[in-house]
Amino acid sequence: MSSAGYETVETDVLVLGAGGAGLRGAIAAAEAGAKVLVVCKSLLGKAHTVMAEGGVAAAMHNVAYQDTWEVHFADTMKGGKLLNDWRTAELHARESPERVLELERWGAVFDRTWQGRIHQRPFGAHTYPRLAHIGDRTGLELLRTLQDRAVHTKGIDVHMEVTAFRLFKTEEQIAGALAYRRADGSLILYRCAALLLGTGGAGKMYRVTSNSWESTGDGTALAYEAGAQLRDMEMVQFHPTGMVWPAGVRGILVTEGVRGEGGVLRNKEGERFMERYDHERMELSSRDIVARAINSEVAAGRGGPHGGVFLDITHRKPEYIKSKLPSMYEQFLKLAKVDITRQPMEVAPTIHYIMGGVRVDAETGASSVRGLFAAGEVAAGLHGANRLGGNSLSDLLVFGRRAGEAAAAFASSSGPRPTARLDPREIDDSVAALMAPVSRPTGENPYVLQAEIQDTMSKHAPIVRDASGLQAGLEAILEIRDRAQACGTGGSRSLAFNPGWHTALDLHSMLVNAEALLRCALARKESRGAHARSDYPKPDDAMGEVNFMVEKTPDGMAVRAEKRPPMPDYLAELVQHAYARYTPEERE
Amino acid sequence: MTATQISDLELRVWRGDASGGEYVAYRVPAREGMVVLDAVLWVQANLASDLAVRWNCKAAKCGSCSAEVDGFPRLMCKTPIAEYGSTVSVRPMKTFPVIKDLVTDVSWNYVVNKEIPPFTPSEKDSTSSEPWRMQQKDVERSTEFRKCIECFLCQDICHVLRDHSSKGAFYGPRFMIRIASLEMHPKDILDRRPLLKGKAGAGYCNITKCCTEVCPEHIKITDNAIIPLKERMDDVYFDPFRALTRLFRRGGRPF
Repeated sequence: MSSAGYETVETDVLVLGAGGAGLRGAIAAAEAGAKVLVVCKSLLGKAHTVMAEGGVAAAMHNVAYQDTWEVHFADTMKGGKLLNDWRTAELHARESPERVLELERWGAVFDRTWQGRIHQRPFGAHTYPRLAHIGDRTGLELLRTLQDRAVHTKGIDVHMEVTAFRLFKTEEQIAGALAYRRADGSLILYRCAALLLGTGGAGKMYRVTSNSWESTGDGTALAYEAGAQLRDMEMVQFHPTGMVWPAGVRGILVTEGVRGEGGVLRNKEGERFMERYDHERMELSSRDIVARAINSEVAAGRGGPHGGVFLDITHRKPEYIKSKLPSMYEQFLKLAKVDITRQPMEVAPTIHYIMGGVRVDAETGASSVRGLFAAGEVAAGLHGANRLGGNSLSDLLVFGRRAGEAAAAFASSSGPRPTARLDPREIDDSVAALMAPVSRPTGENPYVLQAEIQDTMSKHAPIVRDASGLQAGLEAILEIRDRAQACGTGGSRSLAFNPGWHTALDLHSMLVNAEALLRCALARKESRGAHARSDYPKPDDAMGEVNFMVEKTPDGMAVRAEKRPPMPDYLAELVQHAYARYTPEERE
Repeated sequence: MTATQISDLELRVWRGDASGGEYVAYRVPAREGMVVLDAVLWVQANLASDLAVRWNCKAAKCGSCSAEVDGFPRLMCKTPIAEYGSTVSVRPMKTFPVIKDLVTDVSWNYVVNKEIPPFTPSEKDSTSSEPWRMQQKDVERSTEFRKCIECFLCQDICHVLRDHSSKGAFYGPRFMIRIASLEMHPKDILDRRPLLKGKAGAGYCNITKCCTEVCPEHIKITDNAIIPLKERMDDVYFDPFRALTRLFRRGGRPF
């Protein structure tokens, strides 16, 4: 056993996470003059951002000249069923074109129009073709560009394969974090004047997910434990199209780009069923509607042999498919032995994104704890009850930059001095908690507990929920939480790259996210966006005016409803105008 | 899950660290469509909780789960076990120092990446307020190289790095295509030929094309990146006409 000493590292701005939001934030903070340290769980360049396929949404009107930020704003609000923070959505729609062009100036390469401008493809619930893209690997392009920019920006240092375990405050503001190196289990105490969370999502709490092992909701849990408010935690997005077969690849994403390029959905009877769910927009309806439609078709016995429906793009020319959707072509050919230029793909919904997260200020990404900032998937507000495809990559760029700048400004003006005293007892307790699983290796197996969390959430918080299921889920999660407090590593005392130990430490984050999700889902007694309840199948106007906030109290996790401030007239008019053009069922 | 178990698989995994190690055999219930990474993760969850392995996306998009499957560099998430018999062995990439089990220290690659001068547009382009115009056929020259997911399998198979440990002399195929992606970017104006000739060591590549063979993104590393880069480099450093004039002028050696 180690004596559990730790190394101390100081920086101005500590960034947790090296996906799009973390790197864009780091670049912004460094350009503002701060000394920045980026800490990431995996190797640099492997973050979940690389999985984003379809594109980045920005009203640049290169393909449809009518497109404006106003239409993008209204699309985002309607997609989110007006649960969004309207100021966040406004900033996002206004600033994303500038952020995309900036990325191009940093070396990103996008597909072009015949005039040589950035090409934009149509996507679900976007009124106009709006997604700047490069084939179907836009996320990789974005991340690689930011990665190269960051490593060549003065003042940015990166610690790879290091996981943050707890945040520390001094005089009620963030002052540091305790973390461990995955390779050898050694500990680092980071001291910082401001901290930016860019830790991504929490999809790993479900069994069938498009997310990687990393997406355990660390940022939300760290912020919650530090006293920050979370919001909209009931809102998780099922991406309508994940692979279903073979079992090993179940959940892997099939990009919405397939539908953007003209792919159609059919049930086993060959019927193009979206006609019955959204006559106007068909396959390019918003993701919540398409996911529920697929779910209903399969539940009604009209699904395929592996419990999915069929996504068909074979009417396009093989060469077109291979150039516009190269990685989908490769993925199906290699993993499922399906040639998508000749055969349909079988698909079903998969957990993809969490709209909820840390409650942040629209302008700065500041959380309710001083010195703690968040951007990207870990932050909440932009997407409301449902995220539109392409809006997460623009989210990363717009709010990564804003939060990075704000964190740097906070660090230089009001952050604690490096000499600020951290409570040594708090540090010792945290070190002890971090090392605990290795001291009782034969305690309950963390992989078993992780699988139980996933099964519980998949069973009790599925696409369509109800009170008794959610309540049973909550009880199960609380019971797992108690057991997790005494869990081991699966048998090994080793500190060197011990995934059993790492899994044991991730459980806590998953449990905080799961509990918050279930509690908020119980509180939202209506169906809205991604949150559908069979016992309350309709939207409720009063519920539509509030967001649920989660906070840590001495009595445990508390959820309360908070009324949103009304939209100013100029924004309300945009939304009204947009609704007037569509069918009424879209309000649901 | 509805998956049917087809038979048992013997998965032999190299376990150990920098001081040495050996293959350990595990019996894994094989399921239809299973890939090598599934089998490794099954062992981790059920038989050896401390089995060290890197993985992220499980969809061949992040390039984390590189290893040598039956001795051949592969992404484990993209390698169906059905391609092998009832026994399959997995060991870490040989070119990089082992940290533990299947995890290797690939930090050298990050050091090299930082040495390559980044994308540099002209003064005029970088200060213009107009969005850039580029044609699709022009951007397509560099997009092939930008598909790289940095799995480092090409670095693993490259005999210059693998058998001769010439990490100080040659950047390896991954960074040849990195340089190619910058050199062929329509808006980049920097000349990286001195770097190619010098520190990057492009001359070390003797075009065995092994890197192209292992690339999971099917990038034609040798044909489309390294050979054109060598040609560009030779235009400056090995121009036969200039070599001749130099020979007559100084009576020295032509090359």
